[in-house]
Amino acid sequence: MVQLTLPKNSKMVEGKVWPKPAGATRLKEFRIYRWDPDDDRNPRIDTYYVDMDDCGPMVLDGLIWIKSKIDPTLTFRRSCREGICGSCAMNIDGMNTLACTKGMDEVKGAVKIYPLPHLEVVKDLVPDLTNFYAQHRSVEPWLHTTTPAPETEWKQSRDDREKLDGLYECILCACCSTSCPSYWWNGDRYLGPAVLLQAYRWLIDSRDEATGERLDNLEDPFRLYRCHTIMNCAQTCPKGLNPAKAIAEIKKMMVERRI
Amino acid sequence: MADVRTKARPLSPHLQVFRPLLTMVMSILHRITGAALYFGTLLLAWWLVAAASGPEAYATVAGFFDSIFGRLILFGYTWALVHHTLGGIRHFIWDTGHGYGVEARNMLASATIIGSVAITILLWIVGLLVG
Repeated sequence: MVQLTLPKNSKMVEGKVWPKPAGATRLKEFRIYRWDPDDDRNPRIDTYYVDMDDCGPMVLDGLIWIKSKIDPTLTFRRSCREGICGSCAMNIDGMNTLACTKGMDEVKGAVKIYPLPHLEVVKDLVPDLTNFYAQHRSVEPWLHTTTPAPETEWKQSRDDREKLDGLYECILCACCSTSCPSYWWNGDRYLGPAVLLQAYRWLIDSRDEATGERLDNLEDPFRLYRCHTIMNCAQTCPKGLNPAKAIAEIKKMMVERRI
Repeated sequence: MADVRTKARPLSPHLQVFRPLLTMVMSILHRITGAALYFGTLLLAWWLVAAASGPEAYATVAGFFDSIFGRLILFGYTWALVHHTLGGIRHFIWDTGHGYGVEARNMLASATIIGSVAITILLWIVGLLVG
């Protein structure tokens, strides 16, 4: 459902301004969304100052620096710190991206950080992705076959393998889905760009034998057709992929199988 | 795992914090102009009904559309119609699976807004010169 404003309990207020580190000459201001499930306050925006001479270059380095030097209660997900696990996806400087591959110098002025948009917040920068993962499961993202398994591996030509380029790189960080206004308003029924890109990845896999069933599953006014080519997904994807294009290809497959 | 939640979780900010991207803004404009066309169609129906009803009714409508307020509304309707038409063409191109690259999608978006304003002004210049 479209609700342009935030519910009452979600409105953000100005938070604490933490002291600047002593003796630092190159400072970067961070403005970070905080919400603690253990008190009764609304989400707030805390201000921190990071000593650039004592810190790595990425936004994630800044967050870790804040957590270890200023405020150990700051909560966020991170793991690989090299853009392959997708854990540190968040809204930085107005776009959804990975904190570990976003340079602090790419942001003019204060680095504003929020959790991925339009999700329930568990704590601070950690959103609840339960629905997102359940939707991914619903497209059965694994190889479906009816013919008996071959002695060795399932073979694929070079040309067929190439069709998976631009799709297999998706790390399911949820940046695209949570940038999509259609997903904001109808995330309970619309599968969203990330899951549809994953669905397409199996639809065009030459080894997969369930194309028809997969299309049947997507043939739905909400699951697939809530995509209105707003294109935020393609603009925000930290891996440079194009979910909008993948969705268009699924829509084309729907038409093609009817004629 | 037991659900130990005691209070409602907040919803993370969305429109409030997301950067307005060109293609997103054009999508919103496509919606708004589409809605405006319902209103414009009512005006068109009013004009047609008046024309069918007789000279007096027609004079009332013509008088309204001749006023500055009426002309402003007509100008807005013209732009909404042109903009929504161009937006429709853009969506048609996308439906064929083309125009999804960074340059292409931004070019299509800019072309829609620049084209709609230019064509609207052109239509009015021609209309005022002829009429």
